[in-house]
Amino acid sequence: MLEIKDLHVHYGGIHALKGISLTVPEGKIVTLIGANGAGKSTTLRAICGLVKPTSGSIVFCGENLVGEKTTTIIKKGITMVPEGRRVFPDLTVHENLILGAYARQDHQAIEEDIKQVNTLFPRLLERRDQLAGTLSGGEQQMLAVGRALMSRPRLLMMDEPSLGLAPVLVQDIFQIIRRINNDGMTILLIEQNAKAALELADYGYVLETGSVALAGTGKDLLADDRVRKVYLGES
Amino acid sequence: MTRKNNYLYTLMAVAALAVVVAWAQTGLFGLLSPWDAYTVRIMNLCAINIGLGLALNLVNGFTGQFSLGHAGFMAIGAYTVALLAMSPAVKQMNFFMVPLIAPFDKIQISFWAGILWGGLLSAFFGFLIGAPVLRLRGDYLAIATLGFAEIIRVVIINVKGLTNGALGLKGIPVYTNLWWTTAYAGLTVLLMVRLIKSSYGRALKAIREDEIAAQAMGIDVFYHKMLAFVLAAFIAGVGGGLQASLIGSIDPAMYKLPLTFQILLMVVLGGMGSITGTVIAATIVTALMEILRFVESPLTLGAIHLPGIPGMRMVVFSLLLIVVTLFYSHGLMGDKEFSWDLLFSRRTKQGVTQ
Ligand SMILES: Nc1ncnc2c1ncn2[C@@H]1O[C@H](COP(=O)(O)OP(=O)(O)OP(=O)(O)O)[C@@H](O)[C@H]1O
Ligand SMILES: [Mg+2]
Repeated sequence: MLEIKDLHVHYGGIHALKGISLTVPEGKIVTLIGANGAGKSTTLRAICGLVKPTSGSIVFCGENLVGEKTTTIIKKGITMVPEGRRVFPDLTVHENLILGAYARQDHQAIEEDIKQVNTLFPRLLERRDQLAGTLSGGEQQMLAVGRALMSRPRLLMMDEPSLGLAPVLVQDIFQIIRRINNDGMTILLIEQNAKAALELADYGYVLETGSVALAGTGKDLLADDRVRKVYLGES
Repeated sequence: MTRKNNYLYTLMAVAALAVVVAWAQTGLFGLLSPWDAYTVRIMNLCAINIGLGLALNLVNGFTGQFSLGHAGFMAIGAYTVALLAMSPAVKQMNFFMVPLIAPFDKIQISFWAGILWGGLLSAFFGFLIGAPVLRLRGDYLAIATLGFAEIIRVVIINVKGLTNGALGLKGIPVYTNLWWTTAYAGLTVLLMVRLIKSSYGRALKAIREDEIAAQAMGIDVFYHKMLAFVLAAFIAGVGGGLQASLIGSIDPAMYKLPLTFQILLMVVLGGMGSITGTVIAATIVTALMEILRFVESPLTLGAIHLPGIPGMRMVVFSLLLIVVTLFYSHGLMGDKEFSWDLLFSRRTKQGVTQ
């Protein structure tokens, strides 16, 4: 579904991505793990058109994405849950959800989808008219995921959805990701929580300073010695 | 059910306003206007300032782009209207130092067309300046727009063959009346309400809250900023034109930063991001501007004699602004809006049940 080949990204003088290639097959969960500054968020930003790659190709369902505007890319069916949630703080939960559906044309179905998001996150329904900025961190994360789902993406990309959440909530979030995936959504997941991510994912990539160091199925990577040492903290 | 009532209420309010305007302007059924020309003039200024304030609120309050270029757009509108609506004879009297260039020395078009051109030209400049400037953020945007307004002023001072330079223009025909200004304020309110309730309005607020997240939602950030900016420039241009034709004379010194500041004051006092707040604050500030004139004139209180200090009113308003931002930082209304439901406290039962 998504095919990235030899992608390079520079921020001024910083060479953030040094030719990474990865594939996200339809209906699967693919995870991207790696240390801080490895280039995970940069990869997502490049896919969304928020940063311009220096070279390389990004192809989504047979269509080239490099050089396209973010608006166009999102209309093609890719949505990102950005790093650090970034809900709209002075707008209500409901308004945030409606904004998630911004790029969509079928306005009749929006109310229907809000109902669906609300069954996924009952907490959001209770707080429908509360300002998003006053939600707890976990609730904001739910809102960020719910908002992303509102665009009915074909590919959902999440940048560290478990960041800053209590272990119980982390489990919840991962369960929800599983559920969304079972409903047929393709997911590209970035995680610091390597163990949980690899257990969940069909396929994983390990990024190290801008290049893919390892790739394999979730199971294989979990069993890999280097992964165990560096990312799972086992000896 | 209640929605139908609300339309009815709005319609009644508009009708009542029309009656008041008709009465104030021309008298009604033989009843003379109860207000003298001076009061009617203040009412005109209130209405114009409502429109100007809403335009500034659109950019600064709803879209979160801190622009200080309002006076520049008003100047463009004012000079356009003056040059298009004055008669050739009056123009000749004005331009005694440097003659007015052709074809402006000969043409005179109707007032409404002049107003429209003023708005359009201002919007065009908004488009030109917006393209580079709206890529800037925060302080830089404020400085760049301020610079734009100052450039407009300097150009007006120097292009004497078109603007009569620092002497300004006198004898602009006074077409502006309560009908014009009320329609201007009313249409601007209507436009703003419709815009803010639409998906455009939601996109503008999203940009204000978090530009990156807005972009990630698929909102074309630059397009929406431009839309707000150009629309605001249009409204400011029209307002500037109406004001010029109300006062009857303009000169470049009118369009300095204090003019923008005065409008900004209304927006901040009323609440950034509240249409209702701007309407109320514009009315109060405009009225106070006149009422407080006495603080600038010499005053004798018994044995104490105070000389008049020009600019004293702005000191009063600046203090007011400081107090409001310190203790009441969201202004009069925050980002709340008036609604009939609120007025008749016909609220939904939500939240009461718990
Ligand atoms: N806007 C920017 N300007 C300059 N350098 C940047 C910018 N954004 C990221 N970088 C650099 O690019 C590299 C990759 O950053 P990126 O955000 O992709 O890391 P990451 O893998 O997401 O890390 P983390 O797990 O900490 O979120 C880092 O060295 C970072 O300093
Ligand atoms: Mg990151």
